[in-house]
Amino acid sequence: MVSSSAAAVAGDAVAPADPSRSKLEISNLSIRYGNTVALREVNLTVREHEIFGIIGPANAGKTSLLKAINRMDVFTSGMKVAGEIRFNGRDTSKLSNVYALRSRIGVVFPLPVGLPMTVYDNVALSPRLRGISDKAELDVIVQRCLTRAALWDEVKDRLHALGSLLSGGQQQRLTIARALSQEPDLLMLDEFSIAVDPVTTMRIEDVLKELRQEVTILLVTNLVQQARRLADRTAFFLNGECVEVGITEDLFTGEVKDQRTRDYVEGRFG
Amino acid sequence: MGTTTQALSTRATDARAAEDFDRRDLDWYIDKLIAVIVFVCGISAVLFVLGIFFFVTKEGIGFVFEKMDFREFFLTPYWSPSDAEDPEYGILALMAGTASVTGLAMLVAVPFSLGAAIFIAEFATGKTREALKVLVELLAAIPSVVWGFIGLVIMNPLLIKWFDIPVGLCVLNAGVILGLMAAPIMTSIAEDALKAVPDRYREAAEAMGATRWQVIYKVVLPAAKNGLLGGVLLGVGRGFGETMAVLMATGHAVNIPGSIFDSVRALTATIAAELGEAVVGGEHYQVLFTIGIFLFLITFIINLSADLIVRGIRKG
Repeated sequence: MVSSSAAAVAGDAVAPADPSRSKLEISNLSIRYGNTVALREVNLTVREHEIFGIIGPANAGKTSLLKAINRMDVFTSGMKVAGEIRFNGRDTSKLSNVYALRSRIGVVFPLPVGLPMTVYDNVALSPRLRGISDKAELDVIVQRCLTRAALWDEVKDRLHALGSLLSGGQQQRLTIARALSQEPDLLMLDEFSIAVDPVTTMRIEDVLKELRQEVTILLVTNLVQQARRLADRTAFFLNGECVEVGITEDLFTGEVKDQRTRDYVEGRFG
Repeated sequence: MGTTTQALSTRATDARAAEDFDRRDLDWYIDKLIAVIVFVCGISAVLFVLGIFFFVTKEGIGFVFEKMDFREFFLTPYWSPSDAEDPEYGILALMAGTASVTGLAMLVAVPFSLGAAIFIAEFATGKTREALKVLVELLAAIPSVVWGFIGLVIMNPLLIKWFDIPVGLCVLNAGVILGLMAAPIMTSIAEDALKAVPDRYREAAEAMGATRWQVIYKVVLPAAKNGLLGGVLLGVGRGFGETMAVLMATGHAVNIPGSIFDSVRALTATIAAELGEAVVGGEHYQVLFTIGIFLFLITFIINLSADLIVRGIRKG
């Protein structure tokens, strides 16, 4: 799954989470849309090969954070990012080729986006953009990514049907397969289970647990229990503020620094 | 529940309400009237199309059934309707004129308008975008006689000077003029087609590291291809039916063109130029209407297929 170039960047790709290495260092990050503050002075570090959960109610700034990491802020008019995001040690605001950065980060959006092309082409798009044109090689990548996303069995007989005609849950897994086809260093999932049925959600969660061996995962979720099931560490965001970052299990067993975290986790607001 | 009096009064109110159900007041009649007026306006388009088709057919059909030799009509290039002894009605050269000019116009207009549409829809933002859209629409509104004038007065001497040809009224001149005329409409439709591609497709592709051009080329253009094709077909229809500019810029000489520097004559321009001098009801007159039927059918087919293609895209 991990290409040679990804391995070079990620270091020892099969090693378990190495707390000494950080994948993402975010310092003093603030995001504004015009006069509205979406994120205020956020500091956090995502370690290599961990699943880092972000929970919080709507308007907490979770999606804005992902956009900033992926440098998608360029396309959102009025979005102003201040502070620093370091990805693999590089300040992402000082890159001369943001496309290269984005190609290393896989993103799964809340609503599935099956691009208006065949299932096969959806998954082969990113490898093709990287310059892979060999049919056999593409076949292998497509099958591997679809299998990982728990979709292969359902679509193997209709790889050449339109991806946008799949059901919502299938399209979401197609989106995940597409993100995996980037052979990403970092996989960011933004409330991926909104449009997916519970059974499929559990299947995808299993896939994510396995993927943890190879890729760092940033999991934004509105399901508190999903964070508990998957995340090694979890951050709680509220109204643009990062209230608390901690070992996931600690947050759920009440070992919190901030009362608001306990209230949210226990479902008392939000 | 409630007392008897309450029950009675309720029943009285119910009765009054029931009466209301049958009373047609002024609002009701206005509503019906408006519905009828709107309906008539709505189907008038159908009535006009049918009416025009009926009229054109009525004037030309006599020739089609009584004197027309299909082989001579479509396959010979000799057009001499005013010859008193032996008038000839071959429209091959006229078809070649229309086809060559329209074809060249599309070669000019398709890349040009596609590029313009991509710029307006994908790259231009804010004021630039709005200004460009207004300008393109303005361009589409320029009367065709003005374009013909440009062909006659500006393009003609330029072509003579650049290519050292005796006459600058030719396929090239008319093709470029017609291409520039068709481009604004095609740009508008292509831009609509591109804008109809949801932004989430662009975002998804961009998020995976595709460059702007890769997003356009790999995702947006394939997704919009039906609308783009529909736009091109409408442009072809426009070129086919255009009369005045073509009349002025082609040189109006019956000729199967051997090169883009040859003068030609278009089907439409022939009707425009000769109908005034043809005897009403005479053979020449009827032949011109036969050409009209032919043009009507072709533009109808082109526009219908453009429409079907565009609709097909929306559904998909």
